[in-house]
Amino acid sequence: MFYKIEVKDKSGIFDAVGEGVKADILDFGIKTVKNVRFIQVYTIIGELAAEDVKKICVELLADKICQDYSINPVPPKTKKDQAIVEVAYNPGVMEPIEESTLKGIKDLGITGARSVKTAKKYIISGKLSVGQLKTICDKLLYNKLIQHIVKSGSVHSEGEPGVSSYKFSLTIVDLLGVSDQKLTELSKKGQLFLNLAEMRAIRNYFKGLKRNPTDCELETIAQTWSEHCSHKTFRGKINYSEKAGSKSKLIDGLLKATIMKVTQELNKPWCVSVFKDNAGIIRFDEKYNICFKVETHNHPSALEPFGGANTGIGGVIRDPMGTGLGAKPFLNTDIFCFGLPDYPFSKLPVGTLHPKRVMKGVISGVQDYGNKMGIPTVNGAILFHEKFTGNPLVYCGTAGIMPRDKSFKQTNSGDLVVVVGGRTGRDGIHGATFSSGELTHESETVSSGAVQIGNPIQEKKMLDTILQARDKNLYSAITDCGAGGLSSAVGEMGAEMGARVELDKVPLKYNGLSYMEIWISESQERMVLSVPKEKIEELLQVFADENVEATVIGEFTNTKKLELYYRDNLVCNLDMHFLHDGLPKTVKEAVYVQAKHAEPKINCPKDLTPALTKLLAHYDICSKETVIRRYDHEVQGGSNLKPLVGVKNDGPSDASIVKPVLDSPKSVIVSNGINFRYGFIDPYWMAASCIDEALRQIISVGGSLKQVAILDNFCWGNPDKPDRLGSLVRCSYGCYDTAIGFGTPFISGKDSLYNEYSEHGRSAAIPGTLLISAISVMDDASKAISMYAKEAGNLIYIAGDTSEELGGSHYYDLAGAIGNNCPKVNVKKAKLLFDSLSKAADKGLIRSMHDCSEGGLGVAAAEMAFSGGLGLDLFLSSVPYAGQKRNDFVLFSESNSRFIVEVTKKNQKDFEQSLKGKTFGLIGCLNKGKDFKIYGLDGKICVEADIGKLKEIWRAPLKW
Amino acid sequence: MRNVKVCVIRTAGTNCDKETAFAFVKAGAEAELVHINNFIQGDKDLADYHILALPGGFSYGDDIASGKVFANELRCKLSEDLRKFVQDGKLIIGICNGFQILVKGGLLPGNANFEQEASLIINDSGKFEDRWVHLSQKSKVKTQKCVWIKNLPEVIYLPVAHGEGKFIVEDESVLNRLKKNNQIVFKYCDAKGKQGGYPDNPNGSLEDIAGICDETGRIFGLMPHPERHISVCQHPRWFTPLETMHRRSSTAACGSLSLTGFNSKNKTGLPVRQAGDGLIIFKNGVEYARKIL
Repeated sequence: MFYKIEVKDKSGIFDAVGEGVKADILDFGIKTVKNVRFIQVYTIIGELAAEDVKKICVELLADKICQDYSINPVPPKTKKDQAIVEVAYNPGVMEPIEESTLKGIKDLGITGARSVKTAKKYIISGKLSVGQLKTICDKLLYNKLIQHIVKSGSVHSEGEPGVSSYKFSLTIVDLLGVSDQKLTELSKKGQLFLNLAEMRAIRNYFKGLKRNPTDCELETIAQTWSEHCSHKTFRGKINYSEKAGSKSKLIDGLLKATIMKVTQELNKPWCVSVFKDNAGIIRFDEKYNICFKVETHNHPSALEPFGGANTGIGGVIRDPMGTGLGAKPFLNTDIFCFGLPDYPFSKLPVGTLHPKRVMKGVISGVQDYGNKMGIPTVNGAILFHEKFTGNPLVYCGTAGIMPRDKSFKQTNSGDLVVVVGGRTGRDGIHGATFSSGELTHESETVSSGAVQIGNPIQEKKMLDTILQARDKNLYSAITDCGAGGLSSAVGEMGAEMGARVELDKVPLKYNGLSYMEIWISESQERMVLSVPKEKIEELLQVFADENVEATVIGEFTNTKKLELYYRDNLVCNLDMHFLHDGLPKTVKEAVYVQAKHAEPKINCPKDLTPALTKLLAHYDICSKETVIRRYDHEVQGGSNLKPLVGVKNDGPSDASIVKPVLDSPKSVIVSNGINFRYGFIDPYWMAASCIDEALRQIISVGGSLKQVAILDNFCWGNPDKPDRLGSLVRCSYGCYDTAIGFGTPFISGKDSLYNEYSEHGRSAAIPGTLLISAISVMDDASKAISMYAKEAGNLIYIAGDTSEELGGSHYYDLAGAIGNNCPKVNVKKAKLLFDSLSKAADKGLIRSMHDCSEGGLGVAAAEMAFSGGLGLDLFLSSVPYAGQKRNDFVLFSESNSRFIVEVTKKNQKDFEQSLKGKTFGLIGCLNKGKDFKIYGLDGKICVEADIGKLKEIWRAPLKW
Repeated sequence: MRNVKVCVIRTAGTNCDKETAFAFVKAGAEAELVHINNFIQGDKDLADYHILALPGGFSYGDDIASGKVFANELRCKLSEDLRKFVQDGKLIIGICNGFQILVKGGLLPGNANFEQEASLIINDSGKFEDRWVHLSQKSKVKTQKCVWIKNLPEVIYLPVAHGEGKFIVEDESVLNRLKKNNQIVFKYCDAKGKQGGYPDNPNGSLEDIAGICDETGRIFGLMPHPERHISVCQHPRWFTPLETMHRRSSTAACGSLSLTGFNSKNKTGLPVRQAGDGLIIFKNGVEYARKIL
């Protein structure tokens, strides 16, 4: 039986959901909508008595204070100028609410409810054309990849998913007898994303075995060898040259030659585990280590922003959880690149969601998962460019803390394979291989299985119990089920000894999954443990006590083979050696050609106030407060320097400081550096700039270079195209030179390649984008410094060299130009300055400090003044500067390694002494007024504005 | 001296349990995290504790409505234990999600049958928001009923972080009763203690209500998070002279969380707060419980 229950707000109650939808519709320019009412729909499937259904409504589903309910309501006749839209999830899409609702019903003492489905119903009043209604539905109310519109009148449009049972039949794929051309076809048709050389290697392997592979074997190899899992570009061979035709050099493993080489050469004693585990580990204190990982989830977020970002953050949280013997996550960081929020709908490529919708969905997805996991989201950045329209970048990072003796894992032969957490369904099939290919306008239909939504409470329960099991020493190794699902997790854990898994033992969400689907499903919220046999009972009890499913599905063997069974049938029998080392190293061609851009023709205006206000309203620079507030950034109680600071708590903090151990003064600083615009000019200097930015943010908040570890995250175009790969190589060299100079090791990283959006055969790459995430241990959190101006009368300094480096700047972007002279980094000089500032901060000589970045000195000084609610007089003639003497260049150059520093008059001498030999200038003074005044090189005022007005301009653009 | 024992109850989706327990420990109590299943299965007995704390989080994902499924579970599975706990004169505090659970489970404003009379619903903004708010506890009557809020400055400062915090009541009579019995504990206000609109009132709560207690003053629920302001360094502006008071003393408090004493004055006459406003709330609860041991 179906019982359809509708719950809506009583009249007189403010319908916040309905009002939100109305505001979004008006946002589309559809002004005729008068009212939107929201109704929550539950469909309970099962055998229930009428009074039980009523009890469920009264005591569980409807809030009697403010809601009414109706059971199996007769669909009302649609009134004139009214549309009713009901949106339900597609069969097979996991609905987190189902589990809680079933539990609630059971708690009431009612049995007989089998499943619960939900839908959202919107009653839209106002005159709408059919086309307008379609726009509202398609662009706002539902995403056809996971949802559908319920036809009016039907009680429940879809049955229970996957009730059909699965009949086993082993599928053999003919490889031995086929041509090369057929191999290529096979790879494409099966979404394996393997190239011909790789397909040939597989054929050779099976030739040796004198048999054809099963579909499961082929899939397992494809998953393991996917770019996503094996990083073949960074680990393979590259023939690199700068400029076509010039002498090339062969790089055997780009990662080893650049990123990892930094760590190896620096050889820091506090680096505990690097590039081995799911996250890089460094020392925290005598008792604890911390680990950090940043991942991307770009392709899924392009197709279903909420679900993509949701599972992106869910996935990266499992990285620390699966590092060593498991770490407790204590902070999240999220960095996004989107298309322009005001992009015209008419220009959107086919099959592309509007950037504003992508942004709203991504933020909601992060909010939902991060907040529900109880992990503070304390740091981030959001950048915008037209070229991210079809392919947004969604970086999610998590840091965790673990006791020092839980930092390493060791799977042993004879251990049991245990899967814990969520059940396995059809979700996310082909996620790993999907992310290793380009997005096309067909992606949304071909790869819709790769899209899913997460269940954060499932993950939270799993985290709570895993940490208990860890502290009782009940398992010997752990890893997360990420891309590739069980295939990757078990394959990796058993790589050295072998593993045997009985796939029919894996708990399923619903029947009907084939053995292969079970093996490669990427259902979220699952982890794999390796458990000594004698500890299995105790382990299972820990999970059972808190209603988390844990199931033995196999054993780690000593056969050095991956053996999979389904109902006693052998469906996969692969040599671990071939699986992990059989991938042929291909040589990729890479050519870097320096781009040449037109120099903008801008005359320096006398009054630079308009330019400053335009910069403050630039999407990259403007306030992200409305986003930051949607993340709980204070849960766990460790927040020591918040992402928002200032007299009104709305200034942009340079970095965040978090105490993972509440009773200790030791804390963790987290920051990030990202600026794809410099990459348009030279990816080498983009890398240098990103590292410099991440590090100077740490210095800005009172940290030091003493113990800073960094992560690299490359989001790039198709590496099979020499120009894309060329710029990637050049960027990696920038990483090496800069990081080694600063003495900051890389501890982990990730690459997301193939970020291209091809439409009808034309391929557009995203701007090659590097994110540098930095994490630092700070000995004493009470030495923290914030960015907002503190007291009238205090002096303002600029520290560091300003040069005529406007290439890739936001000032040039206002003129629609890129230019060629992008900011460089003099690492040696920068490091000396950073160290001096750290010492000055430690001595208490600095009242506030702000990092000079996007928008240069002008923007940084304005932010400092208006966040502190103080006026400022600034003199450009005192800025140490090299280049064409123009007010606009001095004010808006984005030269690296610079800080604005506030110092009391009392400390003037000591501060200047502490910076002896470094470049700095005393450029201004804070006052009690509200005027922000800048005097140009000629001594005349070139900027004059009220700080309140500047702040409002800066806050307005993303104030949704 | 016997120890005050605090049970911080948790279930799937609870997430402010550890810092709430930490705050109670700093306030001088012994705190234990206990999963609801331990009570239901009889491994633990609620009667062994003096204070029950329902911490923040998203119990059962806040599916259906915030706190609803957990409130339902407590009502169906633990109501007798809870009734006895209250009758024994013990204390309950519900913070954020805990407040939502107490209201939806009928423990607040409180009546004999644990009937729900009020609710906490989706913010007027339609959004989850994390922000600091001022709370006033200026009472019209001389004696404050709520045992948790003695010795507090007139206006205190705590963060909220919720999407469903708008307090509403079933009808006018409930509100009148709350007023008459002096059960309204905290109201959102501006920095000077005056009524303000959004964002001073972050969610659109009726009469700016941020926290209420039951008729005994021992059961207390509030949307803001006192456990997130137990040390000065959790304050968003501990860097500013007027707020921070005196850099040196705050340094000591931040470094080691030595949380002795509430307010004192330094040589300059500026108030020196060595602890956050929230800690006082926990101390009050613990001190009260100690007296009734």
